[in-house]
Amino acid sequence: MGDSVAETTLPEVDEHPVQQDRSEKDTLLDARGLTKRFGDILANDRVDLIINKGEIHALLGENGAGKSTLVKMFYGSLEPDDGEILWGDRRVTIGNPAAARELGIGMVFQHFSLFEALNVVENIALALPNPGNMQDLAKRIETVSRDYGLPLDPEDIVADLPVGIRQRIEIVRCLLQEPRLIIMDEPTSVLTPQEADQLFLTLQRLAKEGCAVLYISHRLEEVKRICHHATILRHGQVVRECDPTLETPASLASMMVGADVAAVSAGEQAPEIGETRLALQGLSAKAATPFATALNNISLELRAGEVVAIAGVAGNGQGELFDAISGEMPAAASMIHLDGTACGNKNINWRRKQNAAFVPEERLGHGAVPGMKLSQNIVLTRHGTGDKLVGAGFVSNVEASVLEKRIKQAFDVRMSHDDPEARSLSGGNLQKFVVGRELDRNPGILVVNQPTWGVDAGAAALIRQALIDLARSGSAVLVISQDLDEIFEIADRIAVISRGFLSEAEPATDMTRERVGLLMAGGAETQGEVA
Amino acid sequence: MRIELVKRKEHSRTMALLSPLIAVALTALSAAILFSITGHNPLIGLYKFFIEPLTQQWSLEATIDKATPLILIGCGLAVCYLSNNWNIGAEGQFVVGALFGSALPILFPSFENVITLPLMLLFGAIGGALWALIPALLKTRFNTNEILTSLMLVYVAGLLLDYLVRGPWRDPDGYNFPESRIFSDAATLPEVFGGAMSLSAPITIVIAIVLAIVLAKTLKGFEIRVMGESPRAGSFAGFSAKRLTLFSFAIAGALAGLAGTMEVSGALNQLLPSISPGYGFTAIIVAFLGRLNPIGIIIAGFVLALSYIGGEGVQSAMGVSNEIASVIQGLLLFFVLACDTLILYRIRMVSRRVPTGEASHV
Repeated sequence: MGDSVAETTLPEVDEHPVQQDRSEKDTLLDARGLTKRFGDILANDRVDLIINKGEIHALLGENGAGKSTLVKMFYGSLEPDDGEILWGDRRVTIGNPAAARELGIGMVFQHFSLFEALNVVENIALALPNPGNMQDLAKRIETVSRDYGLPLDPEDIVADLPVGIRQRIEIVRCLLQEPRLIIMDEPTSVLTPQEADQLFLTLQRLAKEGCAVLYISHRLEEVKRICHHATILRHGQVVRECDPTLETPASLASMMVGADVAAVSAGEQAPEIGETRLALQGLSAKAATPFATALNNISLELRAGEVVAIAGVAGNGQGELFDAISGEMPAAASMIHLDGTACGNKNINWRRKQNAAFVPEERLGHGAVPGMKLSQNIVLTRHGTGDKLVGAGFVSNVEASVLEKRIKQAFDVRMSHDDPEARSLSGGNLQKFVVGRELDRNPGILVVNQPTWGVDAGAAALIRQALIDLARSGSAVLVISQDLDEIFEIADRIAVISRGFLSEAEPATDMTRERVGLLMAGGAETQGEVA
Repeated sequence: MRIELVKRKEHSRTMALLSPLIAVALTALSAAILFSITGHNPLIGLYKFFIEPLTQQWSLEATIDKATPLILIGCGLAVCYLSNNWNIGAEGQFVVGALFGSALPILFPSFENVITLPLMLLFGAIGGALWALIPALLKTRFNTNEILTSLMLVYVAGLLLDYLVRGPWRDPDGYNFPESRIFSDAATLPEVFGGAMSLSAPITIVIAIVLAIVLAKTLKGFEIRVMGESPRAGSFAGFSAKRLTLFSFAIAGALAGLAGTMEVSGALNQLLPSISPGYGFTAIIVAFLGRLNPIGIIIAGFVLALSYIGGEGVQSAMGVSNEIASVIQGLLLFFVLACDTLILYRIRMVSRRVPTGEASHV
């Protein structure tokens, strides 16, 4: 990450792409009436989509709107049930990803498919149909990656590289095959703002060279900034096409959701800061596995009435920090204090009894048991908190379903029938449930990791508002998030985590995205070392 | 035409009940084919195997005798399997339990009073639990694979029994036969219901019912189920995986050890070089056929006990090898595990061509 920070003289990103009449340009891909059905669900319903040469085309939609299904059909990993794809003016059947690559379609996935133990050139060689001589390939990788402003050292071992660089490997892997269309799935979700700027320059250069980009993102600001055209999907259908440069993020969001999204209000009410509820003092922990992150001397004070957010790129120790605070990963007693009591060595239920509550990042399999009913999943975190759920060792199903109904109503958790298994809920609804399960206790301290990860805009607004309301009612709220928009929306103070170091929490009003970006890219580390 | 498995949104309750029945039906069908291939009338074979043992009192009593240890061991194994601990060594825990239980009447034959039998049962349970704790400790301490260690300890236990019966514990008045002395009346499990069954059957039923309540209604049962399905969520709930591993192995070992002691005290009345026709292994099938639910295990225990009696039946009546019983037991486990897929998936016939390359996106 260091090198992107060092480049202080980044060329300006072209903020307003020149608009051209789309019909005059060359059509690269023309999808007509694409339909894909999974069981009872119509994932794509007669989708028409035209991508022109040299166009950065945004594909927008909430989770479950059918974006992934659509691009998987372009990339050959799903077969359409109906409809046709024209490539140039030729009708094509894309049977598998290899066929897609042969046509010139490349894809950069949100979750990387790299072998951590191998180096860059080996990883790329594995993906090429005929990689040829390794030394020549290494030279080509160096040239191409430098050429496009994404420098790579072919000899680096992937395990040592930060996420932003790993994404470069994926992109360079695509570029080596001289693609005519690159599909990118949420590329900036793992990048610092500076790294994202670098990526945008590369994309704009590709577009100038005539390569088309199909760009999936939830970040409407950046869509407005770099995309020429946007197609919006809702419930598997194309509901709108627009020129994103003429829209605002709010108008794009309401097109996606189909209704106005309630704005979350944090700043309107200044927090009344009370006493310290949660204190981390020199919290350190060794990495449990080779791929985990060590925590280095982390200190933080969380006070009643405020929301403190921890920003950071994925995989910089957020999960480890959460586990240490929740008590799933033991630490030395003095490292963590709840309401003044040293408790680093106490278990999670002891901390819950101290009126702390926790919401982990992973909903299914960590926050909830997939195959158990919601009422049983309430017992999961609340069996020890005096909610009358357990008496004399016996679990009361009656009390559990009372709570289930209450949480369902209070947090608008939608379900097809009463008390279903957790796995049958959509991501947004399950997240409302696991957050609601803890908020229902009215906890004095709430720690939540990625509160709205993969959640649709409506549910995200509801959850964010609930977190702010909890803080304003006198509780302390700690939010760990990768979503900077979210952080600036709800946080009173912001700290940044980078490679297991935490920067000092500073008032959100004094923070800028640039500053957060610098801290994400290693600034937090040097600050932490000095402290 | 191809068959696709489509994931259901939730577990199917109907299929959870139906899948063991489908498995039994498919097993019967396969058994019929086996009988035909070996040149026997399949209908008579099935009748002799599955039905005839139920028609006579002596064979019914024999079925109950065989079912009892299977149910007791199966209940303990269910606790292990529900919590994701793969205890394959119940056979060894059964044997060591029997050794611990027999120590009292063999080493102190004159100790005859009302507490002889309760003490034997207690020792048996402790012995089985201790033997089961070996793989559990190895797993929690050194991360060893409990499937291998528990299975290997079965053979260690078998050799230990063989050594004791042929050596130090051999009956001094037994003309050098490899047998222990016959247990005294005080060390013998009494018969109940006019001699129709040993006391072990009602004890087993009571234990199964208690265990069913514990698993379904208590926080401990909840912990066991959560840990089995999602260990990460279990640790988020504050449950300790290591402690539960020790607990479930100890329970399974104790029940297997109790079954072992009741077998030597009731049915055999002495220690022999071999005291089990593979109860500990067959109980694995019983546990799964009973859907890891103690009430289901009671029924499954009877079905598997039938296979022992039925196997002897077809051997004597039709001259089919007794090994057919093992083959049918194996088929049954195979079908039970296969049919369990239907609980979370449904089958769909697809007539269109097969798309390729769904998996790799590299």
